Amino acid sequence: MTPRKPVTDWTTDWDHLDPRWREDPYPIWDELRRSCPIAHTERYQGAYLPTRYEDVRAIANDSTHFSSRRVIVREARPEPMPSPPITSDPPHHKPYKQLLLPSFTAEAMTGLEPKARAICNELIDKFIADGHCDAAQQYTRHIPVKVIAHMLAVPETDSDQFIKWIHEILELGITDDVVLMQAVREMAGYFAGHIAQRRDNPERRNRPKDDLISQLLEARIDGKLLDDQHLNGMLRLLLIAGIDTTWSGIGAALWHLARTPVDRDRLIAEPALMPTAIEEFLRAFSPVTMAREVVKDTEIGGCPIKAGNMVLLSFPAANRDPAVFPDADKVVIDRKENRHSAFGLGIHRCVGSNLARLEMTVAVEEWLKRIPRFTLAGDAAWSEGTVRGPRQLPIKFWS
Amino acid sequence: MRIRVDPDKCQGHNRCKAVAPELFVLDRFGNASAVGDGRVPPGFEEKARLAVANCPELAIEIVED
Repeated sequence: MTPRKPVTDWTTDWDHLDPRWREDPYPIWDELRRSCPIAHTERYQGAYLPTRYEDVRAIANDSTHFSSRRVIVREARPEPMPSPPITSDPPHHKPYKQLLLPSFTAEAMTGLEPKARAICNELIDKFIADGHCDAAQQYTRHIPVKVIAHMLAVPETDSDQFIKWIHEILELGITDDVVLMQAVREMAGYFAGHIAQRRDNPERRNRPKDDLISQLLEARIDGKLLDDQHLNGMLRLLLIAGIDTTWSGIGAALWHLARTPVDRDRLIAEPALMPTAIEEFLRAFSPVTMAREVVKDTEIGGCPIKAGNMVLLSFPAANRDPAVFPDADKVVIDRKENRHSAFGLGIHRCVGSNLARLEMTVAVEEWLKRIPRFTLAGDAAWSEGTVRGPRQLPIKFWS
Repeated sequence: MRIRVDPDKCQGHNRCKAVAPELFVLDRFGNASAVGDGRVPPGFEEKARLAVANCPELAIEIVED
């Protein structure tokens, strides 16, 4: 692979795959917010980068000019692959979203809490005697994937395969569409097998509410069952969206606590702060950046926006905007007013936000109960592209 | 004091329910509305303001009687 051309001017040539962005994107966004709040690049066949909260909000709420048919900025623009509802615009979006929402309410999630706590403790059991671990590889990586495998009723032992596909689709696939399409085909084959298994199993058919795949097999829009392409797209979305994202969110929270003993000790002494702390980690280290495709010329924040470009919709940058968040660059674990956009804004609000919050809360709580004193044992390595979080997180701990 | 949730703006973030569970109810899609006629019982005014301040969609309105 040829090395990427380094960015010389972030206002006219930004690149979210630049190593400086991956290491520490916040100073880049802060500077752009001051000097050029909607930056542009000729890379990726043309793409904008808004960094102000209000501009991100305006774009997220304007599906007339900004379509969700492509939600990832890639070098190539392969034919849109429907993964409803995330890739749907109105009026098609709502019926698909409403199929999923009842399964992901806060109330529905409370049923998963004991399972999530058990998963965390089983993982900690495996490394607690060592006095050190790679928390990204031995802990945070496994929590969301095991929970979503449980919800879909697919084998937990397929977890490594899921993580490989996601890496290929969300990271390698930004610059390599051969890898991207191969991963999408493999996932389609995988889910086709699980769909066929449930269709062929009459006992399953009598218990349609057992798992998300079975539920979607029975789901109807306007009286009609979903066709295989849409069904497969929805399952691909559920798997992709529920894994790297929360892996990243939990990892960033532990990364912060490992290097900020004052917050770590305060959270242990005042566990009632956990809800505001989790929201603050979500704000300060928002894992997910989405994208839109400009389908009609318009203007945002006084800046002309031309059809045919993509928009990198950086919720992480919006959440560091000092116009909305006082001390935006500080992590304030008791921040009381926090209307962060980590789960998006507008109709595409993350369907799994309650699940993500549950997993983050449980993972941090169980860690702190058993590993109250810990620190970084080396540099974290961060993922790149659409979802940002630690993929290596060396930690040492003592009692 | 009364609160009102704009059903066209609410996207089900559930932040209001998290900070002021006594003042909001959720439907089966997770979208919020005010309990009863939206009247805020004495002592819950601060929670109502927190709900407004934490709604990412700016969907909650306070009406002072």
